[in-house]
Amino acid sequence: MRASRPKVAIAAVAAAALAVAGCAESDREGSSGSSKDTLVFGVAGDPKVLDPSFASDGESLRVARQVFETLVRPEEGGTKVSPGLAESWEPDAAGTTWTFKLRSGVKFHDGTDFNAEAVCVNFDRWYNAKGLMQSPDVTAYWQDVMGGFAANESDTLGESLFKSCSVTDPTTVALTFSRVSSKIPAALMLPSFSMHSPKALQEHDASNVSGSADDIKYPAYATEHPTGTGPFKFKAWDIANKTLTLERNEDYWGDKAKLKSLIFKTISDENARKQELRSGGIQGYDLVGPADVEPLKSEGFNVLTRPAFNILYLAINQKGNPKLADLKVRQALAHAINRQALVDSKLPPGAQVAVNFFPDTVEGWNGDVTKYEYDVEKAKSLLAEAGASDLKLRFHYPTEVTRPYMPNPKDLFELLSADLQAAGITIEPIPLKWSPDYLNATTSGNKHDLHFLGWTGDYGDGYNFIGTFFDRQKDEWGFNNPALFEKFKTADSTADQAARVALYKELNADIMNFLPGVPISHSPPAIVFGKDVTGVKASPLTDERFSSAEFKS
Amino acid sequence: MIRFIVRRLLQLIPTLFGLSILLFIWLRRLPGGPETAILGERGTPEMRAAIRQNLGLDEPILIQYGRFVRRMIRLDLGTSISTKREVTTEFIQRFPGTVELTITAMVIAIGIGIPLGYLAARRRGRFLDHASVGGSLIGICIPVFFLAYILKAIFSENLGWFPSSGRQDPTLGATRITNFFVLDGLMTREWDAAADALWHLILPGLALASIPLAIIVRITRASVLEVLNEDFVRTAEAKGLTENVVRRRHVLRNAMLPVATSIGLLTGGLLSGAVLTETVFAFSGIGAFLAEAIDHRDYPVLMGFIMIIAIVYVLVNLIVDLSYSLIDPRVRVR
Repeated sequence: MRASRPKVAIAAVAAAALAVAGCAESDREGSSGSSKDTLVFGVAGDPKVLDPSFASDGESLRVARQVFETLVRPEEGGTKVSPGLAESWEPDAAGTTWTFKLRSGVKFHDGTDFNAEAVCVNFDRWYNAKGLMQSPDVTAYWQDVMGGFAANESDTLGESLFKSCSVTDPTTVALTFSRVSSKIPAALMLPSFSMHSPKALQEHDASNVSGSADDIKYPAYATEHPTGTGPFKFKAWDIANKTLTLERNEDYWGDKAKLKSLIFKTISDENARKQELRSGGIQGYDLVGPADVEPLKSEGFNVLTRPAFNILYLAINQKGNPKLADLKVRQALAHAINRQALVDSKLPPGAQVAVNFFPDTVEGWNGDVTKYEYDVEKAKSLLAEAGASDLKLRFHYPTEVTRPYMPNPKDLFELLSADLQAAGITIEPIPLKWSPDYLNATTSGNKHDLHFLGWTGDYGDGYNFIGTFFDRQKDEWGFNNPALFEKFKTADSTADQAARVALYKELNADIMNFLPGVPISHSPPAIVFGKDVTGVKASPLTDERFSSAEFKS
Repeated sequence: MIRFIVRRLLQLIPTLFGLSILLFIWLRRLPGGPETAILGERGTPEMRAAIRQNLGLDEPILIQYGRFVRRMIRLDLGTSISTKREVTTEFIQRFPGTVELTITAMVIAIGIGIPLGYLAARRRGRFLDHASVGGSLIGICIPVFFLAYILKAIFSENLGWFPSSGRQDPTLGATRITNFFVLDGLMTREWDAAADALWHLILPGLALASIPLAIIVRITRASVLEVLNEDFVRTAEAKGLTENVVRRRHVLRNAMLPVATSIGLLTGGLLSGAVLTETVFAFSGIGAFLAEAIDHRDYPVLMGFIMIIAIVYVLVNLIVDLSYSLIDPRVRVR
């Protein structure tokens, strides 16, 4: 009798399954033990690269912070510069040479010693970058902080702030800079200045960024062999399953990690992360939607609120509409919007109305500046005085995006645009996709009058906020204020911390008088952990240390 | 037969060439570029210009296209701008996920759709018919992402029967050979890993199957109804063949031709990636990655992936055409 087709098909599938079964070796180690020592943490995106020298995205840096360490690092849960691989540090009288006393007995994951020589190998590697390593999207943070290289290959680069590194003895190293800068030592807390094993760097050809300019390829070190001193070691990056696995560094110099392994799992959709936490597939995730904070708390999850270290502002482009160059018009805008109502109704619990363009956790914050209370009548009369009663403004806002400082741009836009219309201003809404359309439109050209944008600080120095916005002429704001720019220059090159902080206070007052835009709010972003996970302290810099995470028994 | 296959494959060349020109122009005409996505809030006009220059995006479009074609000829699709990994590597990592998902969805859609459509036709006008026609209308109308959330909320969040995201439990530490996780599990005898991967496919597979299932039900029903009214069916019945034989040999087989065509088209469509399903289930496939690539204006990934997908689409349809001759002996491919 002839077998029927379905039977043949089933038999064929079964035969194929038997044929492939066991035809390859399993490289799995014995069972991973109890899952109570493995934490799976949900993140919004894949890391881009595992060598933080080449990273500028949050997810790459989050991984780097567990695998690598820097000379100085933020205090746990804060922004203050505190000891990392260096136990102490001090500048010389001129403020250009900084001497770091290093911790002894620290070993890299490959067993080699961390010492002064290793520090110099690392700095020399960055400083002597050649070819594609000088590309702005490869070494973004080095270029942002240091401004250039030993031999610049592009006209857009300037003189490097870093000049040289010298070994005094195995635990003492001196870094010399070309000038005094507000960035030192705070910027050295950035994961991009992490210490790598010189042996691993050489073995895996870590500086060999190859390919052509439009086709950059990273060396294997940056994707497969990151070797630092941190509490976790890199184990595997499974791109096909969107997971990255780290394991405990048993030879860590400090308190060893309580978890045996730590897995970062990419779940880009915010709701999907929440569902996965509830179903138990992950035991924590970042970028919690503001609306989910209270429900998750009431379900018993550990929702941690980071101290706010960001700013959301309403930017005004003085070139976009000539009337916006009139201070009275800008003051009218500031009086027209009800920032308190916005913070109360649209931002997560703990958010505050901003008084300066940086949060009060940063030194130099000034409570004694011109404030613009909500007053529609005043706004109307200021507009009338300026002859701008018929003001019409193009208001850009981004769609489909959540930033730590701006959870729901469309809601914010609707609220503010209603406020502005109440003051008699005609608003032309221009919604754009965040990347690249929105960012492009608001930071270049002259088609924008008003828009939202914000910033999350990289490190705890005021210049990183206000200097980034206002220290030179930018298309985003469209103003030229030489006196202000000059003061920024002075502040940046003031070595004395107290004197610099005093200048930041003055600058904050100047900015609020000049009113290039309106600071709106500081929002505390939330991070959540499973009901039985404890030990992690929320950090304003998103520098959460998973080594202290553990499961409650 | 061989000549038929060769001719169809040769047709790929002009197709790909034309597609590449259209794609290239269209992508370059999109406002913004990868530099904004790379730099985010941190970009200054100088930095953006520097990146554009580095990526060669400031050159005339013809020169850029020439470079692309030269690379294509060497079968080099270039490197992703955002991940800096080779486009081919990215594809090899992600395509197996999409294939597994497509197969799961199509097995569900065909396995339920054809019997249901057939039964609906046989019981025309009765409850089962109305239920399946109405149900398939809902299947077509309901947004996939909505269905995906509902499935997850019920079967994963509340009941805990299925995992809610990903392709495999990462704590298993499964071995990777082909990146087809089920196959890898079988090959390495990591049975738990294979079962877990299969388990991860059920919910996204169901969500993704909803539309093909509905279409297959409707086409099967219509096609069977048409065949039932054919003269040869009446003849077969008249000459005393049993109902079973008439159904299997005459009705079903003849009714399957249009169904096979639609299955081919549907499979080809699913293989180009299910953006929403993959995103909602955090499933690593090419759909979600392509969507990200558009946001990042990752030109090499967009060009490379779409070209490969076009090839896959043509191949799937070739297989469908070949399958006609299996279903219908009258059809001979030339």
